[in-house]
Amino acid sequence: MNAPTDQQLIDFVIRETRLIDQHRFEEWLDLFAEDGFYWMPLEWGQTDPRLTTSLMYEDKLLLKIRVERLKGNRTFSQKPKSRCHHVLQTPQVDSRNEAANEYVTWTPMHYVETRLDQQDLYAAWATHTLAVIDGALKIKLKRVDIVNCDAAFGNIQLFM
Amino acid sequence: MARYRGNVEAIKGLVRETEVHRDVYIDEEVFQLEMEHVFANTWAYVGHDSQVAKPGDYYGTTIGTQPILMVRHTDNTVKVLHNRCPHKGTRITTESCGNTGKFFRCPYHAWSFKTDGSLLAIPLKKGYENTGVEQSHAGRGMSAVKHVHNYRGFVFAKLNDSGPGFEEFFGDSLSSFDNMVDRSPAGRLEVAGGVLRYMHNCNWKMLVENQTDTCHPMVAHESSAGTAIEVWKNAPPGSKKPMAVEIYAPFMAPYEFFENMGIRVWPNGHGHTGVHHSIHSDYSAVPGYFEKMAAAHGEERAKAILGENRHNTVYFPNIMIKGPIQLIRVFKPIAANKTLVESWTFRLVDAPDLLLERTLMYNRLINAPTSVVGHDDLEMYERAQEGLHVDANQWVNLQRLYDPSELPDTTAVTNGTTEWQMRNQFRAWSKFMTMSM
Repeated sequence: MNAPTDQQLIDFVIRETRLIDQHRFEEWLDLFAEDGFYWMPLEWGQTDPRLTTSLMYEDKLLLKIRVERLKGNRTFSQKPKSRCHHVLQTPQVDSRNEAANEYVTWTPMHYVETRLDQQDLYAAWATHTLAVIDGALKIKLKRVDIVNCDAAFGNIQLFM
Repeated sequence: MARYRGNVEAIKGLVRETEVHRDVYIDEEVFQLEMEHVFANTWAYVGHDSQVAKPGDYYGTTIGTQPILMVRHTDNTVKVLHNRCPHKGTRITTESCGNTGKFFRCPYHAWSFKTDGSLLAIPLKKGYENTGVEQSHAGRGMSAVKHVHNYRGFVFAKLNDSGPGFEEFFGDSLSSFDNMVDRSPAGRLEVAGGVLRYMHNCNWKMLVENQTDTCHPMVAHESSAGTAIEVWKNAPPGSKKPMAVEIYAPFMAPYEFFENMGIRVWPNGHGHTGVHHSIHSDYSAVPGYFEKMAAAHGEERAKAILGENRHNTVYFPNIMIKGPIQLIRVFKPIAANKTLVESWTFRLVDAPDLLLERTLMYNRLINAPTSVVGHDDLEMYERAQEGLHVDANQWVNLQRLYDPSELPDTTAVTNGTTEWQMRNQFRAWSKFMTMSM
């Protein structure tokens, strides 16, 4: 793949959340560039992940720790395991910069996470910054802005 | 049917030398009495004065379940007011924080109040002529909390006239606040980074006890900290250990590490872990920081300040601070089985940004609703909240390293895995719960 088509970008984003919903976390992790980040801001319109607190700001190492932990035998908050479900609007391609190898999509979504009798619904926007690396699309940054990002939440255990 | 109200003996019977009755965690009447007594007879944390830096700045919060606000008055002192209009009860703060200018104006009928709570004006005031409104509660303005103390920026308030004075209540325990503030080259902290708010379906005291529970990290957090260590083992040889691994790894330290770190108890239910060392002792040095500290305090004093690495300091009834991390956690009671945990962070004024970056990373890795450490803690609390309904055993055990010669309301340093601090909290609980009954 040289420059991805808009449809390839859209298909990538849709597949990404499908892998989460199907608990295919190893394959999901492979979608991230080696220097990729997953960012879930705490603040409305947050611009700084470093000196402003976030709900998550994780590099691939931290994401791998999460994925490995989900498989663990002594992961007590995952006994029983959580499940999740994404409903996406069609991703919109916000920008294409072939020279810089940077493609940005914007995807409004509803995310449901369940465990035991509890079901929580979140509304959010996902912004994907993608790049073509070794012929395949990879995530440089997945930013998830929850509509009520500053509300008091209980456990959010999987990935939006 | 009231079983505990007005029944001092029944309340005292809930706390034994080495165990407490489950009603302290699950009974709504006990919870209501805690709000009226424990949270009124003690000095409760309100907020940090950097949240209200300029006159007119306000911040709305709670003491127990009581809505209050703190505001910077025109004379630059910080006032604490009950957060309702004296007229119809409308909450006065329009947002959780902001600037109200020279006065509060109720959005319902435009009654206005100076920032010390006194009544400024009522529209169409002639309607109150000869009604005696001056003698009413409403006519006196917003009620101010009389007992307020600002300790090096940390604002506390006591709702009741009963209960000890500020110095008597805290005593030597203030040394943990001192150490946190002294870590700033300027001797000042500022709230920074934003607050993480995490809802817990459990009693507030479970969280407080957990802060000095040193026998749970290597068990409950094996899945997070242990996995972090395992994943890091696969890093290419010679890789620099990332900040996140430095933060996670010490949670897996062996029992011996926690035994040797020591616990200190103070009177009135305060205490801390990490007397000799802690999980925060071995973080990488931040370039340029020691030089700034030495310039501000002198080299020897700077070493002494930074050599003190207390782990968790619990202040009765419901806060915990981490000096080396510049963090305060407030365990806000909502119901017997519901607690809002707020984790606030501070910038050390004049220190390198990297310290704040580490503080914020610590907060989100450990204290966020998305934290894999928090997930397992909350799981334990919620299981306990459920399990305590077992009638066959109605007592929670706090016996580890109990010595019958242990004195109440004393200062002592002991083995870091003791449950003495939990016993200390419950002795304080019993005292402040019944003090004004």
